[in-house]
Amino acid sequence: MKTIRAIEQQQIRDDLPVLNVGDNVKVHYRVVEGNRERIQVFQGVVIRRHGSSNRETFTVRKISFGVGVERTFPVHSPKIVKIETIGRGKVRRSKLYYLRDKVGKAARLRERSF
Amino acid sequence: MVATILGRKLGMTQVWSEDDELIPVTVIEAGPCVVSQVKTVARDGYSAAQIAFGDIKESKVKRPIAGHFAKAGVSPRRHMAEVRLAQGDEVKVGDEMTVEMFEIGGTVHVTGKSKGKGFAGVIKRHGFHGGPGGHGSHFHRATGSIGQASTPSRVFRGSGMPGHMGAETVTVRNLEVVRVDPEQNLLLVKGAVPGAKGSLLTIRSA
Repeated sequence: MKTIRAIEQQQIRDDLPVLNVGDNVKVHYRVVEGNRERIQVFQGVVIRRHGSSNRETFTVRKISFGVGVERTFPVHSPKIVKIETIGRGKVRRSKLYYLRDKVGKAARLRERSF
Repeated sequence: MVATILGRKLGMTQVWSEDDELIPVTVIEAGPCVVSQVKTVARDGYSAAQIAFGDIKESKVKRPIAGHFAKAGVSPRRHMAEVRLAQGDEVKVGDEMTVEMFEIGGTVHVTGKSKGKGFAGVIKRHGFHGGPGGHGSHFHRATGSIGQASTPSRVFRGSGMPGHMGAETVTVRNLEVVRVDPEQNLLLVKGAVPGAKGSLLTIRSA
């Protein structure tokens, strides 16, 4: 068990900012197309964090051309180039699935103030 | 050189590959193994090497086994296994095998004893579909028909029936070696291998 934990610990990235549910983020993700590589940016609200250790993932939701799009990224993926936190939402639960049923103005989160 | 090694299954996890894809891996603590006896055609009628693996407390070793290891001049180990040798293989007692004999990207066959499931019904054991359950059918997980009537008036051999499941020797072939760590005697292979955590495995290069 200790050995496996050590293997998992090696893969954990600590150079990325800590994400919280409700944050508005820009994820810069490396995409390989054939033999070309480019950086794709996905901006939206973090609606869930799932799993632990090196298996942890987070899901970002955005509205693209009127259609809700959700994308799940592994937190410790080497393909993540950069994560920018644009805003922090005030949330009262760990999974924001209720945002899926809200449209337009109702789908906004109040800004968190510190 | 013996191309087989004994190991212990530690469990599963995920690692990132070089092109940044997630690979499911099984972590195996493999070796070091030592040759404790060499069988020859002249003496035993066939050619094989006995390999031994695993730490054991001196006080836990039974006398006959202790004598066997003393004769070979190696410290006692917990597990032993025999490996057939091909013609021309040069092996002598005391030879050590470590994970360094495997290379990243190569393939291995892994043999282990699967988890015991006890006395299992046909749904679990043979993948039968089972009945509709509700609506007064009264047919849930039972076997159902096992054949016809007066012709052939017997049950065909091999019909799926309930019985003991698991706890048998299973080999998974051609697993890719993802990582080798000679310092900690670790071998990471892609995919699952039979058995519970901590169980004994035999790994041979494919």
